[in-house]
Amino acid sequence: MSTSLDELLAQALSELAAASDLIQLDAVRVHYLGKKGVFTAHMKTLGSLEPEQRREQGKVINQAKDSFQAQLDAKKTDLEHSALSARLASERIDVTLAGRGQAVAGLHPVTTTLRRINKIFASVGFAVVEGPEIEDDYHNFEALNIPAHHPARAMHDTFYFDAHRVLRTHTSPVQIRVMESETPPLKVIAPGRVYRCDSDITHTPMFHQVEGFLVDTDVSFADLKGVVYGFLRAFFEKDIQVRFRPSYFPFTEPSAEVDIECVMCGGEGCRVCSHTGWLEVMGCGMIHPEVFKAVNIDSERYSGFAFGMGVERLAMLRYGINDLRLFFENDLKFLQQFN
Amino acid sequence: MKISETWLRSYVNPAVTTDELVAQLTMAGLEVDSVEPAAALFSGVVVGEVLEMEKHPDADKLRVCRVNVGEAEPLQIVCGAANVRVGLKIPAALCSAVLPDDFKIKKSKLRGVESFGMLCSEKELGLATDANGLMELPNDAPVGMDIREYLSLNDSIIEVDLTPNRADCLSVEGIAREVAVLNEMDWTATQFEAITVSHTDTLTVTVSAPEACPRYLGRLIKGVNPQAETPLWMQERLRRSGVRSLGAVVDVTNYVLIELGQPLHAFDAAKLTGGITVRYAQADEPLALLNGQSIKLDTETLVIADDVQALALAGVMGGSESAVSDSTQDVFLECAFFTPQTIAGKARSYGLHTDSSHRFERGVDFTLQHRAIERATQLIVEIAGGSVGAITEVTTTDTLPKRDAVLLRRQCLEKTLGIAIADERVVSIFQRLGLDVETQADGWKVKPTGFRFDVAIEADLIEEIARIVGYNNLPNSSLLMRSQLGLATESVLELDRVKDLLVDRGYQEAITYSFVDEDIQQIIAPNDEVVRLKNPISADMAVMRTTLWCGLIKAALHNTNRQQNRVRLFETGLRFVQKDGATQQEKMLAGLALGSAYTEQWGEKTRKVDFFDVKADVEALFGLTACTVQFVPAEQTALHPYQTAEILNKDGQSLGWLGMLHPNLEKQLGFDSQVFLFELAQDLVLTKTPAKFKSLSKYPSVRRDLALLVNDDITANQLIDCIKNCNEPALQDIVIFDIYRGKGVAEGCKSVALSITLQNDAQTLTDSEIDAIVSTLLDTLTRNTGAKLRD
Repeated sequence: MSTSLDELLAQALSELAAASDLIQLDAVRVHYLGKKGVFTAHMKTLGSLEPEQRREQGKVINQAKDSFQAQLDAKKTDLEHSALSARLASERIDVTLAGRGQAVAGLHPVTTTLRRINKIFASVGFAVVEGPEIEDDYHNFEALNIPAHHPARAMHDTFYFDAHRVLRTHTSPVQIRVMESETPPLKVIAPGRVYRCDSDITHTPMFHQVEGFLVDTDVSFADLKGVVYGFLRAFFEKDIQVRFRPSYFPFTEPSAEVDIECVMCGGEGCRVCSHTGWLEVMGCGMIHPEVFKAVNIDSERYSGFAFGMGVERLAMLRYGINDLRLFFENDLKFLQQFN
Repeated sequence: MKISETWLRSYVNPAVTTDELVAQLTMAGLEVDSVEPAAALFSGVVVGEVLEMEKHPDADKLRVCRVNVGEAEPLQIVCGAANVRVGLKIPAALCSAVLPDDFKIKKSKLRGVESFGMLCSEKELGLATDANGLMELPNDAPVGMDIREYLSLNDSIIEVDLTPNRADCLSVEGIAREVAVLNEMDWTATQFEAITVSHTDTLTVTVSAPEACPRYLGRLIKGVNPQAETPLWMQERLRRSGVRSLGAVVDVTNYVLIELGQPLHAFDAAKLTGGITVRYAQADEPLALLNGQSIKLDTETLVIADDVQALALAGVMGGSESAVSDSTQDVFLECAFFTPQTIAGKARSYGLHTDSSHRFERGVDFTLQHRAIERATQLIVEIAGGSVGAITEVTTTDTLPKRDAVLLRRQCLEKTLGIAIADERVVSIFQRLGLDVETQADGWKVKPTGFRFDVAIEADLIEEIARIVGYNNLPNSSLLMRSQLGLATESVLELDRVKDLLVDRGYQEAITYSFVDEDIQQIIAPNDEVVRLKNPISADMAVMRTTLWCGLIKAALHNTNRQQNRVRLFETGLRFVQKDGATQQEKMLAGLALGSAYTEQWGEKTRKVDFFDVKADVEALFGLTACTVQFVPAEQTALHPYQTAEILNKDGQSLGWLGMLHPNLEKQLGFDSQVFLFELAQDLVLTKTPAKFKSLSKYPSVRRDLALLVNDDITANQLIDCIKNCNEPALQDIVIFDIYRGKGVAEGCKSVALSITLQNDAQTLTDSEIDAIVSTLLDTLTRNTGAKLRD
């Protein structure tokens, strides 16, 4: 009996060795270990034996079966492993090929710049407000203390529709519109398109400005300076030199132009800064009492500052763009550089 | 305004370099635009005198001169200029001289005759852009003197870009005053002796518009020498201020304008009939101006007239008929104060801008006229002789500008600047600025002078203090602000989110001009009433866009003309439409796609973008808003009649359009592939409703697929709406997953495969329930759309 079991095991193991894939292996398993398998049949013969012999013989059969089972498991692991390896190898791809589907595009550099400006001011609670682009003479000029025939009007080459309507020449009218409808304290920035009747290598008839203003009790020129310094350093992500120069805007008094050290040459003097080492980046000042008067805000109780900057100019300095006109040609080769 | 630094320093001469002086001015609000040398670099040129001259033996046009250059022996110099003559004083470049552009003068031979230098013209010295012969120096020019020294050429021309409020600095004296304040120095105004009156003739002066001309001074100067030469020093100062020499009398008026800031005008007295009247023009009254222009005046224009006609545009420009010429012997000199309101805008309305109008519209010192006319008289007589009559003056005191005292409160100054300024400093600044200041208990009372038109309120005084102290010497504070909590609304979708979505779907953001070419506008939206600019910069920017498509199309063409065969662009911004007499400014969002659906790639078959690609992008956008919208077949003039959808919200309100550019327009505009466009109204699209939770069903959902045969003109919307309108509570979703036309389907029909997902909240649906639902839906479909189940 044990001899025949040895033979049986040897036979089983040789069939096991011959199995070359998981399907053949399973057939071998069923043949020997299945419900109607060879080992099971052997176990069934035990019933006819004496208890002593049955125990003895049962042990021998179980040993052979266990031994077969162990080798079967090992073989199965082997085959599974090589099957997986084969599958993996067959699934090799060239991972260096480009991905499939839609490519991502990008925002216009003016938008990116505006978003950064908005974000910097929003972080201290400035609200973003927009206004109309076809503006009336009152909001664009009169209420800003620029009466008809004021020489300052010559500084704004204005597009007219008729005697009363213009394309806004700056975003300052939004200041008036907000102050007309809301009461201080006010902290607002107003980004948007503005228009001047001027077109050459350094002027486009449309460009973008951000107007900002703050009205509260006890706002001082020092606060204005602090905000402008803080903004410029945040915008250029650098501790750049900033200077304030007296200037003139009818709607602020005192008024200032703000220069930063030339970001192209670091203040050494180059073509971009006309060899002065400085670049003009914004105008600002304390809101003029006449402006407060126009919007019925008591200038004895409240004071405020306002500032305005050209977005294209800041974008040009930030990204090193050397031609203003590129902003509005919408050449994909230009736009895609900012994606 | 351009001025000579040497001239400026003749009034006040601080111990600072040119660069430092320029920086001082800029930082005080008088922005210096440029600093240029008064003459190009050259050396070795001296005053020479031609002693003898003879013809060159071998050249007709050359002369051999012996020139005294202040050395022991005269030099032999060969010269070809026509105006060379014995006794003439000229600039002589010696051997070893270096002329502008590094032109070195050496001993040379001209047609065999030795020449030891060169006689120079203005052009050769870089003093003028062209020249007619040698530069002729005055007879008293000292022979041998370095020409740079003689002409004070070691000077800089400082160009100051003045803001409109600083009319007080539109003169050398004005800037000198400012430099003195900045350096805390004293300065001296121009000193001169008034000329004694020597004849009794006068012209009557009538001012019939005293509110426009509060002060008018005039005087007759008779017997001036019309050939008198303007002295070189004056010509040079004028040149450095950018003014050409035009004859002695006119040069003097220009000189006084730059020196003192007072415009003057000289009439040829022989051309005047009767007296002088300052009046408003009659309607269409003609006037021939000095610049050759003939204009017709309006009744708001102030003129200077004689008894017969208008002679000059007051404060702007003289007339040609009464102008001083090279035969003028008797001069009527005018020196007036015209109010800024009278002159403001006038020059511009006639297309003029003059040094005179520039000053009057910003404000000329109304106390200056006496001094200015005396100064001009003195200079005219000094240069051209003549006898001087008495000054006729008409001043209407109550129309002169008022100069009310302005109070500056100490506490307000400190509060505004964020720093206290010492009392003595405040007083000293005002005094040096020429303002009368009186210290009071809580501040200062300041009375502005005639030359300051920009000091009327407290803030103006604060600016003066801040300016002179220096903005950069004032403190910066870190802002302490009252803050309110911001909103985080869910009822509006932020435009930035939409832009990001489009960017992520491959649309590049464009920004195009709001004014467009009327032709393109007309092609794309022929029925829209446009808003037209009165003064467009060019024809292709003449009308305001009524659709963002105009700009996107132009931008797309720009790119397709540059070998870009795939363009996807979007833009946000206003469109401008005229509706019922009012201009609406509506925020829009528009996109354009042409070329391949995807960038060329190995893993996707190249195919052209189509309606449904772009529709998916638009739908994705609506996915952000959770708005229910419908795409309804519709017609739009710019778009393909059968590939256009109007997008409606659930109230049937139009949100915008999506479609293919009409093939005719595609061709007309110059595209060579199909163009898809969409445009949406931002305000309607960016509304959002906060999500509302609905409980989840615990029971399984089932899907049933139906293949329907319908007429070709039945739209997907009709089928879906029909099913939805059954209001079957178990209905969860409907998806059309295939459309088939062709073999097995009758002509004019299509097979539509759709799946229906059903799920009940309270129980598992049984087969018979499902069959009943599907059968009800099918019956309704058949009834309403004629759909039949495909066999």
